[in-house]
Amino acid sequence: MKQEMKLEIDSIPSNESFARVVVAAFLTRLNPTMEEVADIKTAISEAVTNAIIHGYRQEVHKIVIEAAIEEDILEVSVQDFGVGIEDVKKAMEPLYTTRRDLERSGMGFVFMEAFMDTIKVESKVGEGTKVTMTKRVGKRYGRDF
Amino acid sequence: MEKLVQRKGESLKVIVPAEVDHCFADEVREEVDRRLQTEDIRVLEFDFKDTEFMDSSGIGLLMGRYKLMRAIGGEVRITHTGERIRKILMLSGIHKIIPIEKEF
Repeated sequence: MKQEMKLEIDSIPSNESFARVVVAAFLTRLNPTMEEVADIKTAISEAVTNAIIHGYRQEVHKIVIEAAIEEDILEVSVQDFGVGIEDVKKAMEPLYTTRRDLERSGMGFVFMEAFMDTIKVESKVGEGTKVTMTKRVGKRYGRDF
Repeated sequence: MEKLVQRKGESLKVIVPAEVDHCFADEVREEVDRRLQTEDIRVLEFDFKDTEFMDSSGIGLLMGRYKLMRAIGGEVRITHTGERIRKILMLSGIHKIIPIEKEF
């Protein structure tokens, strides 16, 4: 059976840790390894930070995080309704950042890609951005579904 | 924040907390940069002994401080990294410019 959760939070920095902890707690039913939890927490942190800094340019609006577990796959999305990304391909290039002034490293999407199995970025200028990622979890037990 | 940043001679040591994200990076940046401007610091150490989580905000923080220290002829040290933090540092490529000190 597919199990789902949805979280709506303000785009403030203290919610970065809140969001990753909530998703990590949701994930525990899959008996993840410590490494899998850390990978997913990092990916969530990157996506939420992007929404705060880039999507909303540090103004306070809402971020929606949805997660679903089906068998041993976690699917998680982080959505903002902010400025959107003009060139998604470019935004995903390593070291590319529009906010060098804030010392953003340009590694956010690189980390999301590295730590998750799949990533999909849907964005429209003026409407917002939705990042959807999946990861198979609980690899240490093998597939026993 | 003051007790996380300790002075010893020409060194400034940052005791990095359990989790490094955008929130922490902004706080420590402010404190460290203030001290670098007013004190004579040659070595800036980031001690990761307590750290279990870091995202790319930490990479931005380290890169920025590396540039500052290089500009004044000083150096940055990264110490006591666990497996997770090493994974993040290696993935970012930052270990090519700031050596990660081996543990003994």
